[in-house]
Amino acid sequence: MMGNEAIARGLMENGCHVATAYPGTPASEILSAVAKANKPLDTTMHVQWAVNEKVAFEIAYAGCMTGLRTAVSMKQVGLNVASDPLMSAAYMGTAGGFVIISADDPGPHSSQTEQDSRMMAMMAKIPVLDPDSPRQAKEMVGLAYTLSEAFHTPVMLRPTTRVCHSRQDVRPGAIPPLERKPDFRKDPSRWAATPKFRYQLHLELEEKLARIAAHQATEPVLRNPKAAGRRAVVSCGVAAAYTAESLKNLDLWDDLPFYQVRQPFPLHTAFVRLLLDAFDEVLILEETTGIIEMQLADRDRIKGKLNGVVPCVGELLPEKIEALLAAFAGIEAHLPSLPQAPGRRPTLCAGCPHRASFFAIKKAAPRGIYTSDIGCYTLGLNLKAVDTVLCMGAAISQAAGFYQAYKHEEKRPDIVATIGDSTFFHAGVPALVDAVVQNVRFVLVILDNRTTAMTGSQPTPATGTGASGEPLAEVDMESLVRGCGIKFLEVGDPYDTDGFISMVKGAVAFSRNEGPAVVIARHPCIIDLARQGKAADPIEVLVTEDCDGCGFCLQHFECPALVAVEDGRRTAVDPLVCNGCGVCLGVCPRGAIVKKE
Amino acid sequence: MEDKSRYQIVISGVGGQGVLFITRLLAEAAIEKGLPVFTSETHGMAQRGGTVISHLKIGEFASPLINPGRADGLIALKAESLIQHGGYLKPGGWAAVNSPERVKTDAPSTAFALDADRVARKMADPRSVNLIMLGFTLSGARRSGTGQGMLQVSLDDVQAVLNSRLKGKERRLQSSLRALAAGADSAEAP
Repeated sequence: MMGNEAIARGLMENGCHVATAYPGTPASEILSAVAKANKPLDTTMHVQWAVNEKVAFEIAYAGCMTGLRTAVSMKQVGLNVASDPLMSAAYMGTAGGFVIISADDPGPHSSQTEQDSRMMAMMAKIPVLDPDSPRQAKEMVGLAYTLSEAFHTPVMLRPTTRVCHSRQDVRPGAIPPLERKPDFRKDPSRWAATPKFRYQLHLELEEKLARIAAHQATEPVLRNPKAAGRRAVVSCGVAAAYTAESLKNLDLWDDLPFYQVRQPFPLHTAFVRLLLDAFDEVLILEETTGIIEMQLADRDRIKGKLNGVVPCVGELLPEKIEALLAAFAGIEAHLPSLPQAPGRRPTLCAGCPHRASFFAIKKAAPRGIYTSDIGCYTLGLNLKAVDTVLCMGAAISQAAGFYQAYKHEEKRPDIVATIGDSTFFHAGVPALVDAVVQNVRFVLVILDNRTTAMTGSQPTPATGTGASGEPLAEVDMESLVRGCGIKFLEVGDPYDTDGFISMVKGAVAFSRNEGPAVVIARHPCIIDLARQGKAADPIEVLVTEDCDGCGFCLQHFECPALVAVEDGRRTAVDPLVCNGCGVCLGVCPRGAIVKKE
Repeated sequence: MEDKSRYQIVISGVGGQGVLFITRLLAEAAIEKGLPVFTSETHGMAQRGGTVISHLKIGEFASPLINPGRADGLIALKAESLIQHGGYLKPGGWAAVNSPERVKTDAPSTAFALDADRVARKMADPRSVNLIMLGFTLSGARRSGTGQGMLQVSLDDVQAVLNSRLKGKERRLQSSLRALAAGADSAEAP
């Protein structure tokens, strides 16, 4: 089972009634796996992709207010979007069990930041559990529900990439039938508390935290009870798994007492006392921030992130952990490391409709400022058609910001923002409303590939299907854009290279003199099409003798199927990679890319 | 720490080549044999043509990643992966590399090369490079001197997993089995 599948299984085995999510690596497969497992069982469980993390959170939270067990999952930066309800829900507490799954990405492998969701738990003042493996992640779902119901608090489960995307043999347990009935008990002093009552709730919360810090079921575990000495190692999450292996590799298993923390916040009070009473030196290994460390008062004895012994940035790879343990124990260890070799950068797929859109945008506004957003199309970077990427939805608000900054300049640059369909629904709509109100002169190109591609093709509000493939209502994107107050709206297929370029040119001209213009670039994701068996017949292309190796196509189109050959004197098509979309036929300035007859 | 019941393999290539797919086949084949398994995968942005690496650990392990210098084997779906990830190999480890030319690793590891791109082109099935390399590796393991117990799973085990995974998808199953066999045959030829 993949870690995310194990978490999904844990939800099913523990009677979760409502599971919601917004996709994001490394958390995406959790909800997909719930939907997949639930479908044949035909239970009353509600499983849904929400328009964004805040909405997902609020749906699941209201569910737990009725006494049902519910869960919401997202990636760490998604929790930023949901942080508003999180902070408040911590005060109000819960009736049924409520688990917030926020997956972190130390490295980072596929995220804007390496932020530690456990800090968010600390800020919100809710307990957080930190699993070391798929197996433990599944167990901790059950632990989280009991903890949540024992203390009437939301509980965070914080897996990291190496837990989410590992596979391990995990034994499935029984899935009990869903028997609870919703029973919302009105209590305005809690569920609609005004500031006066919030003070009371805050007192209650602090008192809860003190009791949770003594909760036996989540206490730290001494993994090697035979080990003794005045030095100890403390670890949690996947770092604890590496620590266990490394201590054995280094023959230190019987020498260094090794405590695995399962609940890094609040750290158990008795454990803090034990560490400070029984040991002269303690090495702490955790990802990504020093959360455990922060809760230990006697700094001089602690070696960790705060005094620079353990690196604060990047993933704690097993080789780093082994070196840290060897140094802490004062032993010599020969540890080979990997040579620094550049990897291959990711790129848009051959045949990706986004590439065609970016090519058109650069033709239509060659010296523009290009704001962009989060998704596959961030890779428009490679085509130099993406200048900024901040966070979900920011393409539009940043475009507005650039416009306001340049508004009084004599030469105002064209501004073209790109955003994906799912991202537009997620956080783009309020920004577009704002841009209409302020009459921001920019072009928004909505890259509408009818799916949430980067995270594995989850449906969007315009897809008309749900998490389990069930039919749902569709939101019409054109009506939504017009409803925001947009006067210029056109829809085109970026595969139609010439037609689409002139459409974007029209939008750019409108934006110079009139106001915001929107172009919807509509072409389904080719991965989706292939998966559904709907891929178009490939157009075979070749490069003729007219190619003079100018490299224009390589630089400005950057298709992985176009490769430089003969030491860069010519370009050729790699048939193994080519998807046969035919868009490159309109790209070569010398017309050297032609259809194969 | 030599432990014959434990085995660690790195599989690498670029996004879209199916690194994850063959990792899963090997993992499932091992699980079928009752062996404990840990794997780690690359998802998200890197899957769009970037470097993709997966770690496969068979036997009693606690964590998903392999330390540099400890892997028993490396399957490289791109020749460039050997430079990038050859450092994972332990002394005496092996590498199966997709390359038109003979490849050399830092002694004392052993490298086997197969031009899987060419085999795939010949089969008119460009997406089958991963399975060709898997067949080549599994069969090469048996053929070479280092092969004894090189992988705890055999070609037959992987075929069985394919049969159950692709049940009802006859065309994909047949082309997958063909690719696996083509790789295996390439290893038999001198």
